[in-house]
Amino acid sequence: MTGQQFFFLLFALITLLSGLRCVTSRNMFHAALYLVISLFGVSAMFAMLEAGFLALAQLIVYVGAIAILIIFAVMLTRGALTMPRGAQFNTQAGLAAVVSAALLFILLRVLPGFAYPIGDAAVPADITTTVGQSLVNEFVLPFEVASVLLLAALVGAIYIARERPKRQPGEGEE
Amino acid sequence: MVPLSWYLIAAAALFCIGVYGVLARRNSVGILMGVELMLNAVNVNLVAFWRYLAPDNPAGQVFALFVLVVAAAEAVVGLALIISVYRDRRSIDAEQIDLLRW
Repeated sequence: MTGQQFFFLLFALITLLSGLRCVTSRNMFHAALYLVISLFGVSAMFAMLEAGFLALAQLIVYVGAIAILIIFAVMLTRGALTMPRGAQFNTQAGLAAVVSAALLFILLRVLPGFAYPIGDAAVPADITTTVGQSLVNEFVLPFEVASVLLLAALVGAIYIARERPKRQPGEGEE
Repeated sequence: MVPLSWYLIAAAALFCIGVYGVLARRNSVGILMGVELMLNAVNVNLVAFWRYLAPDNPAGQVFALFVLVVAAAEAVVGLALIISVYRDRRSIDAEQIDLLRW
């Protein structure tokens, strides 16, 4: 086993175990922290795949922004469901475990069977430059659409989460 | 060199863990965490295929970047919805959020 394989197995183990703890932990705050560890592991996988820019973007966007957002949401929505005592899993949790295990079984049977046309080409040294240039050349339309999407998500999130004025009695649903 | 299938297996396992989180959690924030795990698994697959099949084509990395952007937008809007529902109902139990039930 080469050093690379050893480190891949280490990172994969960290990612999967903390991912598993993230979905099974009874304390939502712990679950959020396990999610952060799992995202770190994915970033390490990106680095091992020689996608340095993506590894850093993963750290900044996921670990820096989304994880903090999720921790904020966990803290802002305190209640029976955040605490370890409450029932964290719905009545179909057993069925869900069976379904995801079956999905994993099928994927593990199917995935290694294909003959992927793997080349032994090396990653060009200036791949980050190429990615940046292609973002403003051939992928300029998706790039602009992504910026509009981010703006819409920003405005929409502020609109949805804002404090509403008190409803008059008899108005609104039910 | 790590075989490509190792990455695919790790990503498949991470995806299935995310599926379990989405299906079994009652807490809406927990469901969102499961979705994030699934998106990450897909990104690992994308980058692994880019590295092993077409490392000189930037499209693989660019696609993963766009997935990252969409995941960020999804998380922001999802959490805003959850906080809005929590203000209204004092609960984020996915079984009690039935405002759209007909």
